[in-house]
Amino acid sequence: MLKEIFNKQTKWSVMRNLIFKEIDDLIIDSLGIVAFISFFVGGVVSIQTALNLTNPLIPKYLIGFATRQSVILEFAPTFISVIMAGKMGSFITSSIGTMRVTEQIDALEVMGVNSLNYLVFPKIIALLLYPFVIGISMFLGIFGGWLAGVYGGFTSSTDFIAGAQMQFIPFHITYAFIKTIIFAMLLATIPSFHGYYMKGGALEVGKASTISFVWTSVSIILFNYILTQLLLGS
Amino acid sequence: MIEVKNVEKSFGDSKILKGVSTIFETGKTNLIIGQSGSGKTVMLKSLLGIHQPEVGTISFDGRIYSELDPDEKRELRTEIGMVFQGSALFDSMTVAENVAFPLRMFTNDDKAKIEDRVDFVLKRVNLIDAHKKLPSEISGGMQKRVAIARAIVNNPKYLFCDEPNSGLDPNTAILIDNLIKEITEEYNITTVINTHDMNSVMEIGEKILFLKNGLKAWEGNKEEIFRTDNEAVVAFVYSSNLFKKVREAHLKGY
Repeated sequence: MLKEIFNKQTKWSVMRNLIFKEIDDLIIDSLGIVAFISFFVGGVVSIQTALNLTNPLIPKYLIGFATRQSVILEFAPTFISVIMAGKMGSFITSSIGTMRVTEQIDALEVMGVNSLNYLVFPKIIALLLYPFVIGISMFLGIFGGWLAGVYGGFTSSTDFIAGAQMQFIPFHITYAFIKTIIFAMLLATIPSFHGYYMKGGALEVGKASTISFVWTSVSIILFNYILTQLLLGS
Repeated sequence: MIEVKNVEKSFGDSKILKGVSTIFETGKTNLIIGQSGSGKTVMLKSLLGIHQPEVGTISFDGRIYSELDPDEKRELRTEIGMVFQGSALFDSMTVAENVAFPLRMFTNDDKAKIEDRVDFVLKRVNLIDAHKKLPSEISGGMQKRVAIARAIVNNPKYLFCDEPNSGLDPNTAILIDNLIKEITEEYNITTVINTHDMNSVMEIGEKILFLKNGLKAWEGNKEEIFRTDNEAVVAFVYSSNLFKKVREAHLKGY
């Protein structure tokens, strides 16, 4: 499948429009839910950390530190990706699966169009912008944490910001974005595979979407473990 | 002209086509008929290159499909128009975008020229005001016309139709049949239609291939099908009292 995606490219004037459409469907349409979840989960991480710091000897700036570490290392790249496996993944599987069921993919093939390139390649290119989504998620997660921490009366703004800047390791950002790129490729290809090769009718489209979500999530979690071991463990 | 020689196709242990040979002629409406499970769909999909026969050859005006390299196969496919049973219109595109699709994919025509061609073929299939509608906003009969327009927009040499009348009312079915026949003659296309519809057989069957259990049981035209005494054809085509009476009337010269 992967080889065929990059074989016999669709005409650029057509492909360009497909890529913009996929950017709109997959990236732009995901910003709202990603922003909402990131903001509130960042706030919850901040509050939970504050509530667990019962020892008065532990400095309050740890709230900012813990929020930053949680959001940048795991929440934004990994858990937003698992959520996106549900949102983007189901969309990809169901849209391609419906095209399979209604013979639209056969129509492409009969016309001489490389249907895998036509359908999957623009999704892969669009998801190269996925790190942009995760960058927004990181920012809003920490911002939500700051807002909840400061306006909830758990810490001062100065302490939170000092904690958020404390012992900052730039490689953690690199690590997060390496994971993000790998997850983006999983998000583009696994749901496409389940949609493209599905058999049956409308009921099977729903089943394929569910199976695709399960496999994409499992792959993200496994790759998260392997990449963490490779990039931070050694 | 499409020449089919001794084509065999199996799925697992089940042999669906058992050595079918025939010729589909240019400028004629060629029909494939037969009961469900007789191999009609497999035959059509083999002609389209979706299934690869294990034995035998299919040649398009002398070009043997199985001997073409991938680029030549794709080139050949741009000469093919296909009307699917469910129309298979791209539901995210408007009617005009669906019809323009093959032109945008395979020609370097500018926007104005493509729009002119789309207008022309939509008028040809009697669809005037549907350009901006989505497939979900038009009737089944209109969807079939859009599918025909899309199939002929790139001036194909070969037109394939899978059950073009299924799900249509009798009036619309006749209109679609006549439209396909007119287009076939007008553009001198080799048209192959897979159908269950006996009205189509009587109306537009210039060449009829009857398949039974994966074998060619009979072939002829709409005149010959009235006179044939082939038991399998008679049992299939004249299974209804209406068509029995039509046949009797025809044989009596009414």
